[in-house]
Formats: sequence, structure tokens, C-alpha cells
Amino acid sequence: MNSLRFKIIKDKVFEIFVIFLSFLSVVPLFIILFQIFIKGIKVINFEFFVSLPSPPGEKGGGILNALTGTLILILISLILSIPFGVMIGIFLAEFKNRFTDLLKDFVNILQSLPSIVMGILAYIWVVKPVGHFSALSGGVALSLMMLPLIIKSTEETLKMIPFTLKEASFALGASYVSTLWRVILPASAGGILSGVLIGVSRIAGETAPLLFTAFGNPFVNLNPLKPVESLPLLIFKYAMSPYENWQQIAWGGSLVLICIVLFFNIGLKFLVEKWIQKS
Amino acid sequence: MKKDKLFFSVLWITGFLFVFLFILIFFSLLKESFLSIKSFGISFLTSSEWDPVAEKFGMLPFLVGTLFTSFLSLLISLPFSMAIALFLGEYFKTGSISKILSYATDLLAGIPSVIYGFWGIYLLVPIIRKLEMKIGVPPYGVGILTASLVLSVMIIPYASSIAREIIKLVPQDLVEAGYSLGSTRYEVIKKIIIPYSFSGIFAGILLSFGRAFGETMAVTMVIGNYNFLPKSIFSPGNTMASVIANEFTEATKDIHLSSLIHIGLWLFVITFFINYLGNLVIKKYKVK
Amino acid sequence: MDTKILKTVNLYASYTDNNWVLKDINFSIYKNKITAIMGPSGCGKSTLIRCINRMHEVIPGAKVKGKIYLRDINIYEMHPIVVRRKIGMVFQRPNPFPMMSIYNNVIAGYILTGIKLKKEEKDRIVEDSLKKAFLWDEVKDILHRRGTFLSGGQQQRLCIARALAMKPEILLLDEPTSALDPKATRMIEELLIELKRDVTIILVTHNQSQAGRISDYTAFLYLGELIEYAETERIFTVPKHPKTQEYLSGKFG
Repeated sequence: MNSLRFKIIKDKVFEIFVIFLSFLSVVPLFIILFQIFIKGIKVINFEFFVSLPSPPGEKGGGILNALTGTLILILISLILSIPFGVMIGIFLAEFKNRFTDLLKDFVNILQSLPSIVMGILAYIWVVKPVGHFSALSGGVALSLMMLPLIIKSTEETLKMIPFTLKEASFALGASYVSTLWRVILPASAGGILSGVLIGVSRIAGETAPLLFTAFGNPFVNLNPLKPVESLPLLIFKYAMSPYENWQQIAWGGSLVLICIVLFFNIGLKFLVEKWIQKS
Repeated sequence: MKKDKLFFSVLWITGFLFVFLFILIFFSLLKESFLSIKSFGISFLTSSEWDPVAEKFGMLPFLVGTLFTSFLSLLISLPFSMAIALFLGEYFKTGSISKILSYATDLLAGIPSVIYGFWGIYLLVPIIRKLEMKIGVPPYGVGILTASLVLSVMIIPYASSIAREIIKLVPQDLVEAGYSLGSTRYEVIKKIIIPYSFSGIFAGILLSFGRAFGETMAVTMVIGNYNFLPKSIFSPGNTMASVIANEFTEATKDIHLSSLIHIGLWLFVITFFINYLGNLVIKKYKVK
Repeated sequence: MDTKILKTVNLYASYTDNNWVLKDINFSIYKNKITAIMGPSGCGKSTLIRCINRMHEVIPGAKVKGKIYLRDINIYEMHPIVVRRKIGMVFQRPNPFPMMSIYNNVIAGYILTGIKLKKEEKDRIVEDSLKKAFLWDEVKDILHRRGTFLSGGQQQRLCIARALAMKPEILLLDEPTSALDPKATRMIEELLIELKRDVTIILVTHNQSQAGRISDYTAFLYLGELIEYAETERIFTVPKHPKTQEYLSGKFG
């Protein structure tokens, strides 16, 4: 039966093709990780984390300004996005009507908006009125990116809380608010936290929204109203520069950034698994 | 209870606040683009002249650059995304190999775009340059092709993660029915699993496309910062996002800045439409 | 004398390692007869028919030992695809393809396996199979609508038509009416009785009265072993084995 044999061959070839392409897809991952490790490890030492970048041409230098800057930006964006985001998540989980459907569509659109537009908005809302670049404007841009992630993870987590848990609390005469505070939110803490961590690991690596908001700073700056450096911003500027020592710093910075991302990715997996086990 | 009534009102207020935020986004962009809209009107979309000195601005080169790179990268990445989705969703649903591939794919999605750009500059650009020299094309190294290649690696995980979940959800009894009629695994995949999952797979494709469409940094670093209509795949160019990234801090004239924000407004509008149309398609093909 | 069409020889089957859920099954199925396979839950009856159309081995980790002869050839020496075209299956829960019209569902076997047919041939097969499945009159005007809005009984008859379209020699049915109401059940039982003139039927059922009503031969399985196999009439009136007797009198379900 010729056609039968042909089919069997086609079936096998397809399977091999699928396996081959799948593994080929992750080859770039290993190439990138490998290259960053090889090139970045050369500059990594204790000094690297506690010193400022040196001027072009001079050897050495570090990323202290970028590390502190990234921290400040993350802090600002968390403060701005968590309370608002969690409230909206609760709203979407507890109500279902045409308004919430509209809201969900808007959340999705916000999530798929190119990150550079967040930068433009923060520029219009903060940089223009204030008159100069600032960590605050960078935080605003990043919080716009965090918002959909927090909203979604809060909503999904809340929806997964078994009704029996809420029932028990209501049956004891508790109001919705105290049920929310004492039962629902504690039970959802793990899920919401993992949403926050996903958000943090995303914005830690974002550059575009900061190009004309946080803008960058060769010094450490803890003042939210002044410009600030971030790790990805520094990598961008130094990678594109013609100075060899700056490129070196960019490689080192990339290695640090990758480690942060890896940490969140793997750390997150454990957290999610632990949370699933608990419930 | 009174406490609850108060709380629910607060919830509704935050809901309205979010909608207000959304409207504020649109109107802020509109207001700042107004100068550009007034000066150029519809020609902003059709003109390929982008000249800060002569103060003439048209977005066409960047629209073309964006569409060119987005579609090309989608095309390149799709076979890989689908392969991973089938690998994890059908061929190897469990096991340590699938766990490793799954983690690796998630990691691909987690790598910051500036690092992809960095990698693009140091590894891909020299290779493309050599290729261009061999073919006899100007050896820029950077350009539409390079940007599309970097983008395609970046967007693989998006379509694959959604498609994989959808494929897993295909009811086993339909798959069994297929085998009982004498199909091979390939035939079951092609004629049962994929058609059943089409709506979800399309959602994944849309997600990948949206990611490619809005990606800024990696593209900015390898596309060549060239403000003219790209003539071929090897030509340098700029996308809507990358021209904003490149010129925003340098724009001294109000009309220049307004035009860049005008491009941002179009990014917003196009994202809105992709989302809306995408949802229509997804709803239409969803199997009940 | 009834002719044999299928014969199992020392058949063993397991889902994991050597935990055999079927142990040393030896029996023969007679052509153009309805053979019922019954027994309490977990006795291995579904496993048995899934060995016959080689669906059992699709499950990861599953094992089969022994031989099954279709006429003279061991089905384990044929390619599973060939076996499944000769031996069709209808499942417990109706599973028409929701993405296909009723028409396409009937000829799904051809569509899936890429066999091209002329329109007249397709029309003929669809009408033929739907008539044999007692469904033609109800759907002949809506052939191009999707199959999912049909009732449970109609969907199951559609699945039977789909299996019949491949012109199998044997049709396996795994508790085909357990999810249906009595009226739909009755209809399927009647069509099976008509159908056995063309196709040999093997029917797994946990419903003793169904076995008694329509089957010619009955096999009784218990804990993976074939306890008794004989003409239905005899088994139901004078069962030889005490376990058979207990099952028939409802001692265990």
C-alpha cells in the first residue's frame, strides 16, 4: 500500500520537524546567555556594584547609579500601581456587567500598548509641567505598564478563591469588607504577589519608557524629582557608545540584569508552585 | 451593610477612574499632537518626507517600517512558535524534557529587549553584513532584515504559550475519535486539533504580532535609524516606535515634538484596532 | 454453523508495567452477530475492545501481550491505521466533530485520512451511512449545519454513521447508550439489530437487559478474566459459572 507508507513517513517526518524546530528555537537563548556570561564576567567584582561608571576611556567603573536608580523606579511604580491595580482587580472579580466588560477591554488595550507610548504620556503629564526629567516621571511610565498585570493577577486570583470560603465568613455574619480583608485577600496574597513579581521583572528590564522621563544620571540620585539612571537605560547608552570601557560596563550590566531576570523567573516558579500547593 | 455599601461605591469609583485614565491617555496624546495634525492633516499618513530642518513631517516611512518588520518577524517566528506549542501541548505533554523546554521558552520571553538589541548588534549584524557582501547589496549589517530576525526570536514565546494551552484543551474524545477512524497523529493534529483550537491560536498570533509591532529598543539598536521608505529587506529604516526613541530627546522644535507624539497617537489608535478586530475574529471562530 | 471473524489468543493488557487488567483472554467473535461483553465496572471490558482496534496502545505506558486474529491475520502484524479502518468504534459519549457539518462528520474518516472522493460518491456514502444509522430522515435537509445542536441520541447515531462510512467489517461500541435516555437507547438497539446483517457487532454494556435483548452471544468478564462465553440465550437462562450467576442476579454491579 504505497499511500499508507507515504502517510506513515509523512507522520514521522512531521514529528521530527516539530522536535527539531522546538529545540532550534531555544538555541538563541543559550547563545545570548553564553555570550553575556563570557563577556560580562570579566568586569564583575565587588567594585562593579558599588562604584559609578568611569568617564569614557578610563578603565573600570561600575553600575551603582543604575542599580539604585532601578530600585527607586521600581519603588515609585509599585506605590502608584498596587493600590489602584488591586482595587480594580477586586472590582472586576466581584462584578460582572457591560461596564466591567468594557473595563476589561481597556485593560487589555493598555497592556498591549507599546511601552514607548507610556514614556510619551509620562512626559506630557510629569516632565512638561515640572520642567525637567525625573525619577517620578519614569515611575509613572512604568506604573502604567504594571497596572494591567496587577489588575489581571488580582482578578484571576480572586476568582479562584472557592466560594465556600466566602460563604463560611458570610454565614458567621461578617460583612463583605471584613471578609475581603480577613479571608479573601490573605488567601489571595500569594497570587497577587506573584503578579507583582512578574510585573517587577518586566519593568526592571524596560528601557523605552525611560528614555525621556527618567532620562539617566551619571551619579547616584535618590531624589524622585531629579533624573535617575536605570540598568537597562545604562546598557542601552553604553552599548551604543564607541568607548571600549563603556561597552565593557554594558556587558557587565547585562550580566547583572540577566541574573536579576533569571532570579525572578525561577524564584517566581517556586512561589507559584508553593502557593498552588497551599490551596 | 453600610460599610459594604461604602466600599462598593469606592470600587465603582475606581472603575470609573480607570476609564477616565484611559480617556485621559487618548486626549493627552491628541492635544499634544494637535499642532502636527493641524499642520499636515491627512498628508501625515501619506507623506514619506520626514525633514526636521524644513519642518515637514510625514509618517509613511515609519508605518511601512513597522508593518514590514512586524509581519516579517511574525512569518519567521510562526513555525517555531507552533512547533513548540505542538511539542509541549501534544507530543510531550509531561516529562522532564518538556519542563526544560517550557522553562527555556519562558526565559526567552523574560530577556529584556535591550539585551536582545545588544546581542543583535554584536552577533547578528556582522553576520548579515557578510551575507550582504556575498549577495552584492550595500553591507549595512543593520536594517529591516536584522531587526525582523531579532524580533522573531523575541516573539516566539508569545504565540507558543497561548497556542500550547489551547491545544492541551482539545477534548480527548475528539482526538480518540480521530484515531479510531484510522488517522495518523499528523492527520489528527492537522484536521482536528488545529481547527478546533484555531480561535485560541489566532489570539496567540495576535499577541506575538502586537509585541513585534510595539517593540522599541531591540529594533532601535539594529534597524539603522534611516528616515526614508525602506526599499528592500536589506535596507535600513525606522519604525514608528524607533523614530520616537531616536529623536524625542533631540527634538527642539515644537512641530517636531508634536509630530513624534502624533506618531505615538497613531500607535495608540492602531493598537486599539488590532485589539478590537482580533477579538472579533476570536469570537467568530471559537468552538462552543 | 456460525463463522468466526475474530479470535483472541492469550490476550493480556495492562496500563502500567505488568499490572495486567486483562488476563489470558481466549475467545472468538462470530460474523454478522451481535456479541455483548458485560461485567462489573473495572472488569476490563472497555480495555478489551480497545485492544481489538489497537486503541489501547495509544495510551502512554500501556502494554499488550498475545494475538488477535482478524480472519487469518494477526492485527498486531498489521499497521494500526489499517486495523482501525477495518474495525470501527463508537464511544460512550457521543463525540461528533464540532467544527464540521453533519455531512462532513459522516465522511470525516475520509477527510481526516486525506482520501479524495468525487461528490457523487460522497453523497452516496453519506446517505447510505445515515440511513443505516436511522438518522437520514431527521437530518437530510440540514446536512450542512453543524452537528453539535443535535440531541444526544441523534449525535450518537451520527457517530455510528461516521464509523459505518468507512465500511468496517466489525463495529465496536463502548456502552453506546449509557449516556442516553430510554427512547434514544431503544432506537439504537433497533438499528444495531438491523445493522448486523452488514457488520459484525461487538457491544460493551453494563446493562444486562440490553445484552439480553439484542445480543446473540455474550461474554462475561470479571476482574480481567473471561469467566463465561456462550449464546446469550443460554448464558441468561442456565449460566454455568457461579460468578456469572451472581452477576446476573444483581449481586454485584
